[in-house]
Amino acid sequence: MTNVREWTRITKVENIPSREGRAVTVGGVEIAIFRLESRCLAIENKCPHKGGPLCDGIVSGTTVVCPLHGRRFDLESGMAVRASEPSCVATFPTRVEDGIIFVDLAGASKDQEEAAA
Amino acid sequence: MKQQLVVVGNGMAGVSCVEQILKQPHNFDITIFGDETHVNYNRILLSLVLAGEKSAEEIVINDISWYQTNSIRARLGVKIASVDRERRLVVDEDGGITEYDKLILATGSSAFIPPIPGVDKKNVHVFRTLDDTRALLEKAQPGLKVAVIGGGLLGLEAARGLQVRGCQVTVVHLMETLMDRQLDATGGDYLKRKIESLGIRVMLPQQTAALFGNGRVDGLRFASGEELEADLVVIAAGIRPNAELGRKAGLEVRRGIVVNDYMETSDPHIYSVGECTEHRGQTFGLVAPLFEQGRVLASTITGNRGSVFTGASPAAKLKIMGVDIFSAGSIDESGAGVETVRYEDPSLGVYKKLLLKDNQLLGMILVGDIEDEHTYMDWMRNGTDLTPYRRQLLFPPRESDPGLEVAAIPDRDTICGCNGVRKGDIVQAIHAHSITTLAGLKEHTRASTSCGTCTGLCEKLLRAVTPDFQEETRTTLCSCVPFSYEQLREMIRGQKLKSVEEVLNIYGNRKGCEICKPALSYLLDMVWCGDHEEDRSARFINDRVHANIQKDGTFSVIPRMRGGVTTPDELRRIADVADKYKVPMVKVTGSQRIDLLGIKKADLPKVWADLGMPSGQAYTKGVRMVKTCVGTEFCRFGVQDSTRAGIDLERRLENLFTPHKFKMGVVGCPRNCAEATVKDLGLVGQDGSWQVVVGGAAGKSVRKADLLITVETTERALEASDLFFQYYRENANYLERSYDFVERLGIEKIRKETVYAPEADKQKLLDRLARSKALAKNAWLEGQTPVSPTQFVQIQPIQLQSIHVQPREVQSA
Repeated sequence: MTNVREWTRITKVENIPSREGRAVTVGGVEIAIFRLESRCLAIENKCPHKGGPLCDGIVSGTTVVCPLHGRRFDLESGMAVRASEPSCVATFPTRVEDGIIFVDLAGASKDQEEAAA
Repeated sequence: MKQQLVVVGNGMAGVSCVEQILKQPHNFDITIFGDETHVNYNRILLSLVLAGEKSAEEIVINDISWYQTNSIRARLGVKIASVDRERRLVVDEDGGITEYDKLILATGSSAFIPPIPGVDKKNVHVFRTLDDTRALLEKAQPGLKVAVIGGGLLGLEAARGLQVRGCQVTVVHLMETLMDRQLDATGGDYLKRKIESLGIRVMLPQQTAALFGNGRVDGLRFASGEELEADLVVIAAGIRPNAELGRKAGLEVRRGIVVNDYMETSDPHIYSVGECTEHRGQTFGLVAPLFEQGRVLASTITGNRGSVFTGASPAAKLKIMGVDIFSAGSIDESGAGVETVRYEDPSLGVYKKLLLKDNQLLGMILVGDIEDEHTYMDWMRNGTDLTPYRRQLLFPPRESDPGLEVAAIPDRDTICGCNGVRKGDIVQAIHAHSITTLAGLKEHTRASTSCGTCTGLCEKLLRAVTPDFQEETRTTLCSCVPFSYEQLREMIRGQKLKSVEEVLNIYGNRKGCEICKPALSYLLDMVWCGDHEEDRSARFINDRVHANIQKDGTFSVIPRMRGGVTTPDELRRIADVADKYKVPMVKVTGSQRIDLLGIKKADLPKVWADLGMPSGQAYTKGVRMVKTCVGTEFCRFGVQDSTRAGIDLERRLENLFTPHKFKMGVVGCPRNCAEATVKDLGLVGQDGSWQVVVGGAAGKSVRKADLLITVETTERALEASDLFFQYYRENANYLERSYDFVERLGIEKIRKETVYAPEADKQKLLDRLARSKALAKNAWLEGQTPVSPTQFVQIQPIQLQSIHVQPREVQSA
C-alpha cells in the first residue's frame, strides 16, 4: 500500500450537521460522509441490501442504520452489524483540516474482500 | 389457644421472616410493630424513588390487604420503648402493653450521624427511610447545591438521585477511595471518574469539621480549612444496628443483638433477625443474608429447629444506571499467601481484580463489567479449585448455550439480590405454578420486581426451565434508555430535559439508536408542547426533509388538501409540477389526496414552492388528514355539514405530531361514505347530533371505532375531538396506534379522563394542545428557510483534482 494519500477537498465541516450524513459524488463514486463528535467518517452511499441511501440513515454511536430496511453498518469498518449474513460497504479515509473535510477516494477499503483475499 | 407472636420491626427482614412463617403450619397470632407509618416496603429501592425511577407505591412489598388477609395486626407508627422479659410484654412509647409468647426483634439499623458541630441545622438530612426520601424530594430542585457526606453505596446512590433531579451535587468522603469498604484504590479511581462523568463532583479525602449557617445550613467547613457551599446536606456516613431495645432488656448485645445459628438470642423467648443482629461477630447490611436469617428463624420458631444460618460473605452492588460495581468477599491482599490477579482497560473503564489463596477465590472487585459475578460467587462459595481455570480467571469461559449457563448456577445462589430470591425458589415456583411469563414469575416470587438487574437472568431461567416460555412485550423504550414511557415522560418533565442528547446523556447510553431517538424526539415535542430543542439527527429521514422516502431513495410529495376538497387552480398547479419535474407517477391516495411520486431530494423545495400548498404531513407520525363526504352541501341524504366540519377539524389539528400516524374522517350521515368509523378519530353525523368515535382502523388491523360521546353541536364535537387527540398524544406509547391505545386503556377510562373529566382537567388538556398548536407550523416552509445549508442540497465537492500530501492525522483507514 502506498504511503501517499490522494486527498480530495470535499466541503466545509459545518455543511454537515452533527450526527448526520450527506451524500457527495466524486469521480463517479457516491459516498456518504458522516459528522461525528470530533471527526468525520465516509462510506459508500449504497446499502448492499437494496441500494438504500445510507447518508439518510440515523447515526447511533459509530454506526448508521439504512433508512429503507434498517440494515446497520459500522462507519469505521464498513461491516454490517448484527446482520444474519456478513456484508459490508467500502470505507474511505478522511481527515479534517482547517474546517475542511478531505476524503481519499483511492484509499477505499472493503473488509470483506480483504478477508476473502 | 394461639401463641402470641410479636414482631418489633416492619422492615424487610422482619416481614420476610413472617412471610416464611406463614408458609408453614403454625399456631401464632401475629402482631407487627413498625415505627414508620408505612406498610412494608423495599428499602433498597429508596434510591430509585429519589431518582424518580419508581414511585413510593411501586416499592411497597406488602400492602395493607396482605396484613388483613393473613390476620396480622399491624401497629404502624408505634415505637416500642421497652421489653419486660420477666412478664413477657413489650411497652410502646404511649405506655401501651402487648404480651408475647415469642418475640422477634427486627429493629433494623439507623443512619449514623457523626458528631460534627452543626448537624442539627435545618436542611441537614439523612437518607434511610421513605419519609427521609420524601423530605429530600420536597427540597430537591434544579440548581440546588447539595453536599452528600459519605462516598459509600448509599451516599453515591443518594447523590445520583438528587443530581438527576437537577441539583448540583458534591460527594464529600473522608477516605481517599470511594466505597473504600468494597473497593481498592484503583477500583475507587475508576468509580470516581465514572461518577464525575455523570456530572457529580467528588471531593476526597475530605474531613468535614463543621456545618455552618445561621439556623439553616449554608455549607461545610473541612478540617483543611476549605469550605463548600451547600443549601442541603445529606449525611450518608454509615449505619448502626438498632440494638438499644435488646441492650435495655438485658440481652447479650455487642455491636448488634447477639444471635446463634438458629437466630435465638440469649433469652429463650426472644429471637432476632436483620440488621440489628450480630452473628459470629458479624453484622449484616445486605438483603440476601437477612432473608436467609428470616428463613432460618421461621424454621426455628415454628418448632422445626434444625436449619442454621452460617453467615455470609459480604457482597455489594451499586445501583446506579450505567455504573457497574460489584464487590464480594475479602479484598484484603495483605494476608499471607494471598495472590491477586488484575485486569484493567482505562478506555472501557473496566477493572477486575480477583484475590486468591491456595487456588481458591477469596474475594473480587469488578468495575465496569460485572457479567461474571455469578460464576465468581459460585467459585468463591464452593471453594472451587481454580487450577484448571488459571489462564481464564479474568474471562471465565461462558457456556455457549445460555440454558447450560443457568443450569450451572447452584440452587441456593441468589438471583434477585433486592428481594433475596434464590435460583431454587424460582425453579420451584415455575414448576409449582406452571409459570410461563416474566410477569408470572414476578407475581409468585417477586424476583426482578425491584432494580431489574436480574431480569435477563430470570428470563434465561424461564427459558431453560419451561418449554412454554412466552417472551414479554417490551415495556421499556429500548436498551439505550431502559425506561418505560411513563418514566421517561416524568424524567423529561421533572428534570426539564429539552433535547434528545440530554436524555441520552443522563439516562441512556449516550448514543441512542434508530428506535429510541425518534421516540424521544416525539416525547420532548409533546411534553414541552413544541418548545423543545429540535435535533434533526434524531429524526428519521422523512422528518428531516418532510417527504416520504421511497425504495429508490426518491421521495413522495402529498400536499395538504383539507377535507379532501381541492380547486381547479390547485389541480392545475399540481399538473404543472408533475410536468415540470417529470414526476413518474401521480396517484390519488386512499386518503382523498394527490401523491406525486419519485421526486429527488434536491427538487423538494422547488416542488413545494411551485405547488404553493402546505405540507400534507403524509410522511410522518402526525396528523395525516380528514377524509370527508359531501354531506349536506350536495348529498340528498346528508344531515350534517361534514365537509365544513372536516375542514375545520383538519385546520385545528394539522401540523401536530402524534405517537403514530393519525387519520380522521367526518361523514354527514350514518351511511358512512368516508369511512369515519374505521379512522383513529371520526365524526358521524346524525339528525341533530354528532357521534365522536375513536380507535378505529382499516389497515393491518381492522377495528370499528368506539363511541366516545354523542353531542349536539359541531363545536362540541370538535372539542371532544381535541380532548381525545391531546389525551392520546400524552398517554400513548410511541408507535402505538389509537386502536391499540383504546384497547389497552379501555374506552371507559378514556371517557372518564377526557370528555367526562372535571372541567379543570379538560381545560388543561385543551391548554396544552393550544400551546402546541401555537408553535406548530407548515414544515414545507423550510424549503425557503432550511435548518442547515445542506438540508436539501446535494454537496458539491470543492475540488475535484487530487492533491498529494504525506499522510498525517489519518482519522480512518
